[in-house]
Amino acid sequence: MPEKTSHRSGIKLDKERCKGCMLCVEVCQRKVLEPAKGVNKKGMGYVVVAAAGKCSGCGLCVMMCPDCGIEIS
Amino acid sequence: MKQAPTHYCPGCGHGIVHRLICEVLDEMNLKEKTVAVAPVGCSVLAYDYWDFDTTEAAHGRTPAVATGIKRVLPDRLVFTYQGDGDLAAIGTAEIIHSGNRGENISTIFVNNGVYGMTGGQMAPTTLIGQVSTTTPGSRRADRDGYPLKIMEMMAVLPGVVYLERTTVTSPKEVTKTKNAIKRSFEIQLAEEGFSMVEVLSPCPTYWGLDPSQSMRRIENEVVKAFPLGVIKGGDHGP
Repeated sequence: MPEKTSHRSGIKLDKERCKGCMLCVEVCQRKVLEPAKGVNKKGMGYVVVAAAGKCSGCGLCVMMCPDCGIEIS
Repeated sequence: MKQAPTHYCPGCGHGIVHRLICEVLDEMNLKEKTVAVAPVGCSVLAYDYWDFDTTEAAHGRTPAVATGIKRVLPDRLVFTYQGDGDLAAIGTAEIIHSGNRGENISTIFVNNGVYGMTGGQMAPTTLIGQVSTTTPGSRRADRDGYPLKIMEMMAVLPGVVYLERTTVTSPKEVTKTKNAIKRSFEIQLAEEGFSMVEVLSPCPTYWGLDPSQSMRRIENEVVKAFPLGVIKGGDHGP
């Protein structure tokens, strides 16, 4: 059975605000987010939206992000 | 929140608490009526991140400065934002006497159990057995005393009307923290007296753990020394 997807969530992650703490990756039940391979301009590891189609827009990642780096519209 | 990225370490709880305060002020439409007092410590630069009026106080003296501001401008929402080195060590006298006077201010107390800004030294709130840069072999009660429970001390003061201890380890706890901050501000607006919210917060850098492990440490260890929940004023409805 194909995994349910939702297109109502416009999840955006600002990689320059991200410090790669991974609290969002840990809290996401749908594995929408994952660590990026490189670093951002500050030299910090960061997270990317790897599967935006799976995002339900629950906002748990937004709640846990210490850097206001994630936005769901 | 302003657009400026914070200087906090990855996984630091300050960022979450900063955001929650901004969310509550926006929801209560109080941003233009608020004056915050920032401490000395990691959150000394809070005024760079908040887009409402914020001033700075000498180390530990935020409740004294907030007292002055609130007495001169009683129609403003005045709150102090303090860490455990600021509030529970050098500022113990100020916080206790502000509570004892029943000053109509709110305090957000972010407790991570170490002095973060100066390099991870032992704070009064450091747990027994915890390693810090000044207790490299871990904190021992016979030599260093016990973790100071400011909230429980404050609870006996008649001027203190509301005390709640929360944490930021999960979305559920983040929501509880936000509700507690909101309740504290509502109590001030109702002119009931002094209120304080203690937020158990991670310091991954000086705990030597990654952010996720730091959150688990709070859930498994820190809450045993600092139990969560409403410590005083449970009858104040949301």
